[in-house]
Amino acid sequence: MELLTDWVEWLPRLLSGLWVSVQVTVLALVIGIPIGFVLAFMSSARNAIVRWLTIIVVEVGRGMPALVMLQMVYFGLPEAGVVLDSFAATVIALGLTTSAYTSEIIRAGLRAVPEGELEAADALGLKRGDIVRFILIPQGFRIALPTLMGFAILILQVSSLAFTLGLPELLSQAYSIGASTFEYLEVLTLAGILYLVITVPGGWLVENFEKRLSKHLA
Amino acid sequence: MDHFLAILSAVPVTLLVTFAAFALGAVIALPLAGGRRSRFAVVRLLTKGVIDILRGVPPVVFVFILFFGVGSDLIRWEPLPAAIVGLGLISAGHLAEIYRGGLMAVHQGQFEASAALGLTSTTTFSRVIGPQAFRVAIPGMVTWLISLLKDSSIVSTIGVAEIMFVTSQGARSSGEGLLPFIIAGAVYIALGTPLAALSRWLEKKLSFGRRA
Repeated sequence: MELLTDWVEWLPRLLSGLWVSVQVTVLALVIGIPIGFVLAFMSSARNAIVRWLTIIVVEVGRGMPALVMLQMVYFGLPEAGVVLDSFAATVIALGLTTSAYTSEIIRAGLRAVPEGELEAADALGLKRGDIVRFILIPQGFRIALPTLMGFAILILQVSSLAFTLGLPELLSQAYSIGASTFEYLEVLTLAGILYLVITVPGGWLVENFEKRLSKHLA
Repeated sequence: MDHFLAILSAVPVTLLVTFAAFALGAVIALPLAGGRRSRFAVVRLLTKGVIDILRGVPPVVFVFILFFGVGSDLIRWEPLPAAIVGLGLISAGHLAEIYRGGLMAVHQGQFEASAALGLTSTTTFSRVIGPQAFRVAIPGMVTWLISLLKDSSIVSTIGVAEIMFVTSQGARSSGEGLLPFIIAGAVYIALGTPLAALSRWLEKKLSFGRRA
């Protein structure tokens, strides 16, 4: 009973934290996915220098833990004269990580479009730009969509690392309640449940979506 | 140079956390993967619930629950075991799904043939199904190992003196914000790249005979 009244008391603060988590996640995706799209095209560019530079950027972005990226943007950029608050730093760092990962996801999607589709479009006399726009991107994106959605859920989880920058998101709210009440287990568990409320149904959604998209193959 | 040497000296701790958590997860994932195929609906549902929870809670939140939550209420433990158990349990959730994918890739006829030959279920799994399922699961397992290597950086937040912990300390004490993190990033990439190459090689090597 006491647990429940505690939870009810903490809930508003935790929910405001969750709202911050969701905001940085959505903004990181909005910034990261378009960049990922551009990187996906550049990594299959005909120019070898562009191609290799892009591949290196993507591999560095994927190989670096998100925590390193966050700290580097927040503590490192001021040295270059760019001072960001924790919210902007989180959005930028997670956006960069997102762009590196999603470029690979989108590239795989584009590559999965059957060669025959492109040949047929070519045979019909479509211009290269039109082939990319009307044949390649719509189909490739559709193939990539479930994986992209799965990645979006992952980024929400990763956003919890922003507490190291002092961003008042869900985990840092929970931790500071824990520090003042000493009921770490209760409040951290509630925070975990709040993450689950989004990530688990999100996972089911992705699963269903995958099944729906591959129905015509069965 | 000081940063580099300090960070380098923390590499063994990162590797210890990563591999110990992976080993723990690889074992715990076995009953979880088995539970997902149980005859009893209750067991299937329960294991699915456990796996969803392990995969759905952010790793750092999970490690905090274990270290600050369970650690202050029930048992006192050091950061290192808490980190290994926390990441190990998360790994179990992910690896269970990877095992399940491997098991699902084994043709139904293999089970039927084993039954027809009168093999016991232990023999069926250890000699017939297991090896085939593992072959499918291994590339996914290596991919998870690479993620885990990077995720291990989060245990710096509970005070395990691994790469990220030493890096933040160095950044704070020297007042340099950029260089230590660049070095840390480079070290993680240097550790992860051979694993990624291994994963690609294994995928090629193990996929013979499965070409459609």
